[in-house]
Amino acid sequence: MWEYTDKVKETFLKPKNVGEIPNADAVGEVGSIICGDALKLFLKIDKETGKILDAKFQTFGCASAIASSSALTEMVKGKTLDEALEISNQDIADFLGGLPDQKMHCSVMGREALEAAVANFRGEPLPQKDEGKQVCKCFDVSEEKIRKVAVENHLTTVEEITNFTKAGGGCGECVPQIELILRDLWSLKPPEKPTTPKRLTNLHRIALIQEIIESEIRPGLQADNGDVELIDIEGNKVTLALRGMCTGCMMSDITLKGIQQKLREMVGGDIVVEAYQ
Amino acid sequence: MTTIYLDNNATTPVAPEVLDEMIPFLRDLYGNPSSMHTFGGQLHRKIEEAREKVAALLNAHPEEIIFTSCGTESDNTALMSAVESLPRKKHVITTRVEHPAVLNFCRHLARKGCRVTYVPVNNLGQLDTDFLFRAVDDDTAVASIMHANNETGVLFPIAHIAEKLKERGVLFHTDAVQTAGKLRLDMKSLPADMLSLSGHKLHAPKGIGVLYVRRGTRFSPYVIGGHQEKGRRAGTENVASIIGLGKACELAAQFLQKEASYLKVLCDRLEGALLQACPDARINGDIENRLPNTTNMSFEFIEGEAILLRLNEFGICASSGSACTSGSLEPSHVLRAMGIPYTAVHGSVRFSLSRYNTEQEIDRVIEVMPGIVRELREFSPFGREKLACPPE
Ligand code: FES
Repeated sequence: MWEYTDKVKETFLKPKNVGEIPNADAVGEVGSIICGDALKLFLKIDKETGKILDAKFQTFGCASAIASSSALTEMVKGKTLDEALEISNQDIADFLGGLPDQKMHCSVMGREALEAAVANFRGEPLPQKDEGKQVCKCFDVSEEKIRKVAVENHLTTVEEITNFTKAGGGCGECVPQIELILRDLWSLKPPEKPTTPKRLTNLHRIALIQEIIESEIRPGLQADNGDVELIDIEGNKVTLALRGMCTGCMMSDITLKGIQQKLREMVGGDIVVEAYQ
Repeated sequence: MTTIYLDNNATTPVAPEVLDEMIPFLRDLYGNPSSMHTFGGQLHRKIEEAREKVAALLNAHPEEIIFTSCGTESDNTALMSAVESLPRKKHVITTRVEHPAVLNFCRHLARKGCRVTYVPVNNLGQLDTDFLFRAVDDDTAVASIMHANNETGVLFPIAHIAEKLKERGVLFHTDAVQTAGKLRLDMKSLPADMLSLSGHKLHAPKGIGVLYVRRGTRFSPYVIGGHQEKGRRAGTENVASIIGLGKACELAAQFLQKEASYLKVLCDRLEGALLQACPDARINGDIENRLPNTTNMSFEFIEGEAILLRLNEFGICASSGSACTSGSLEPSHVLRAMGIPYTAVHGSVRFSLSRYNTEQEIDRVIEVMPGIVRELREFSPFGREKLACPPE
């Protein structure tokens, strides 16, 4: 169950401004029935003053999508188009007393519908459709949109991007690309690869092996409910015992090979990993 | 407001008789069954009595019953045991519509190097058994095929599958979490090697499950530690819940026949009335081969979460396969595997009944649902050419 605020629940149960405006001056349509939410925003605009006289919506979607749409229409009424465009998705969420993290995309949809409606009124091309290539094919999200939403909401992780745009929430294929975009955007450095010291003293070597097992290997195995224990290091021979799910697992050979590979890369090419009998 | 609980495939209320039976074991008889003293040791006998009751429901031998902590543990154990006791075989077969307890465990096995075949279903949710049998080869260790689907209630022909797989020498596990206590299961005539069930789906509490393992089946434990359950599942016994499950199985055996026909009548009535009152509604799944307590319906042009939260206002509990209710952004893998159009998947609602539901409760749903559908359709930009539910 989602933790909706009372305001979200109330707005969902009794939304304001539901319906169509016949001969609306502007219509903004975003989302699709396939993606699971869609919003059609209708605006009546005073041509002289540019003021929004009336706003109505039709929404297909969950409770927070309907509540966000209602909030949007309430917020834009009486504003000029330029004033209305100042409304961010965060403002929509705030109006509702906040939205659950995973539902932030509903507020983003509201903001997008507004942009689309204004563009429609001004006869501009839709802001996102032609610029920017598609990153997420599951939810049809462009790079442009990811960048924009990331900057507006200070998003730094893929999870946040998924919460706000849905991108990455389907098959997950686009996740690496989203990571690249975020890295580029916030000019984050890719994690540095530990460099291999040329010649190791025995002591160094043992310490390094221990550290790699602790920080690189065990977490991965533990994530699969397995574990490994370092039993002994003798010259280039490393003796390990697999634990937990790894014991007796038919994959144990492969697991040990994998560990050997890793140690060879990071410590030295002559490492031999053996199972403790 | 009273609750109308129609989400029994998610979990069921604990039967009052079950709770009564459990209380002494929570309050006074708190000993450890492994203890030497009578105070603890006497519980051992009680556990064995419960085991006999569970075995009776399945027409199995008590020795073949292993108590676990839940259905998921049973499923995981069955699969792990199969691949571990057949180390040379690296192929696992399951279905695309399995419960995550099996599906995600198979993905885990795939990451560990197993080859996994996911058998598809058609748009009625029926399993492509030809595909299944074709997938079997010398490398196949185990097939895990659910008995009934939790979302649609569609039944798979596990007796037929079990027989065929037996001929081919492939281990067969079935996740019977949704059928145990609802349909008769007879392990004397069903040649499955392993079967999982879960207490809280048949009016026992949460936190107790069973893995049936046929005598003579190679078994390797999953939870390792003490000698409990004859070394097949370590961990101090969840005594009270085991007692509760025993009672629940006894009740299920007693009610089974009558309950099935009672639930079918209620379910049909609900379905029929809603189909009539709401245009653009459909039933998902094969209604000929289905659990008697489950109906999965789709209401086009509206979204499941919105429907559930409106039902919630009337105290009605149901569930949905829509994306917004799945905890991820993807809608139900079951309905998608069936090729149900997205529009219908998003607007799907599952009602699942139990023996504690009444005709009045069903009538209440029939009364409020059309209004909810109508109102949400008024909000929706889709399907406007069509008339929403006609006004009463
Ligand atoms: S392509 Fe983005 S989640 Fe599938």
